[in-house]
Amino acid sequence: MDENAALFEFLLRMGDNTLILGHRVSEWCGHAPVLEEDIALANTALDLIGQTQMWLGLAGEIEGQGRSADDLAFLRDAWDFRNLLLVEQPNGDFGQTMMRQFLFDAWHLPMLTMLAVGGHERIAEIAAKAAKEAAYHLDRSADLVIGLGDGTEESHARMQAALDLLWPYMAEPFEADEVDAAMTEAGVAPDPGTMRGAFMEKVGAVMDAATLTVPERRFAQTGGKSGVRHSEHLGHILTQMQWLQRAYPGAAW
Amino acid sequence: MVGSHPSTEEVWAWLDLVPDPEIPVISVVDLGIVRDVDWDRGTLVVTVTPTYSGCPATSLIALEIEAALAAQGVRDIRIETRIAPAWTTDWLSEKGRARLEEFGIAPPQKAGGPDRCPRCGARDLERVSQFGSTPCKAQWRCRECLEPFDYFKCI
Ligand SMILES: [Zn+2]
Repeated sequence: MDENAALFEFLLRMGDNTLILGHRVSEWCGHAPVLEEDIALANTALDLIGQTQMWLGLAGEIEGQGRSADDLAFLRDAWDFRNLLLVEQPNGDFGQTMMRQFLFDAWHLPMLTMLAVGGHERIAEIAAKAAKEAAYHLDRSADLVIGLGDGTEESHARMQAALDLLWPYMAEPFEADEVDAAMTEAGVAPDPGTMRGAFMEKVGAVMDAATLTVPERRFAQTGGKSGVRHSEHLGHILTQMQWLQRAYPGAAW
Repeated sequence: MVGSHPSTEEVWAWLDLVPDPEIPVISVVDLGIVRDVDWDRGTLVVTVTPTYSGCPATSLIALEIEAALAAQGVRDIRIETRIAPAWTTDWLSEKGRARLEEFGIAPPQKAGGPDRCPRCGARDLERVSQFGSTPCKAQWRCRECLEPFDYFKCI
């Protein structure tokens, strides 16, 4: 695979993850169970959207077709998105949202940490900045998963159900394809498979503290980061996220 | 034209009068986001490092810097964004830290939480939420005076 094409794909993956998760988390704005959580979720979403601007901005530069971060976010259709299936899954209840956040953060932070020492200077700079925010997100999501898992009978049951529901999506981040292979080869990004050990260790420690059980099923849902098979949820997100630019092309503040 | 433009020292002093839009008691210089001021021939180049990636104040800050400099007669300005090294609360000035506390915002501490209540000075504190009214703050409460307060997160 041409290295520039692989780089573009890889940047779309990073940016689409934070874009779609940022949008999902922002859906809580005004609906969270308590005010503090509402503010925290909105701030988390803001961090993710900010990171998106850097990733997709660089993706547009690398592509060299004159597309801006906004063009990439608002004018691509579902099959052009390269986010993990995990991040497009619905919010569910607050516990499910925090479980999704924790599983994402527990992959995201080590990924950013590796990219920050990787061989691509611009990517390393963005990753170093984003890692500071991701570390804070992980602290918070881990705390909440533990608090709710090891909480009441009701909250425990909901957190276990959330983990069971989302677990099949946690193989995808660690599976390598030709884009990953090209990035590993170029010294830009780690081989995804090598990051699984640390991820499982973190998940194991947090789930133990949360009195939750990591499912043993090996069944895995994939197809998001390659764009081959997104879930039905992505199209619905895009109708909301993109409608303004679709209805009023070029609208600006 | 050499020597006809203001010195960088003067420009720094003007920028130190530009308030942070969200925490107006400190300046953009106190916040540590102005990293460099330099003349590129006739153009004044101000290098800014944003705080949080998604901070909505970032574009407003650029606008206010331009407005403040225009008010001093400098109109040929270029604002450059630099993301590396990433912004850190270590760059807050001592003056900025003192002003934050006077204003009721506990300044960042390496320990990860506020050192004392910015209102009464008590040290018996509890965290309410990891996030506050802006991305750079968290919410804490003092167990002595029972008042909630903002804590400027340490990153
Ligand atoms: Zn107090």
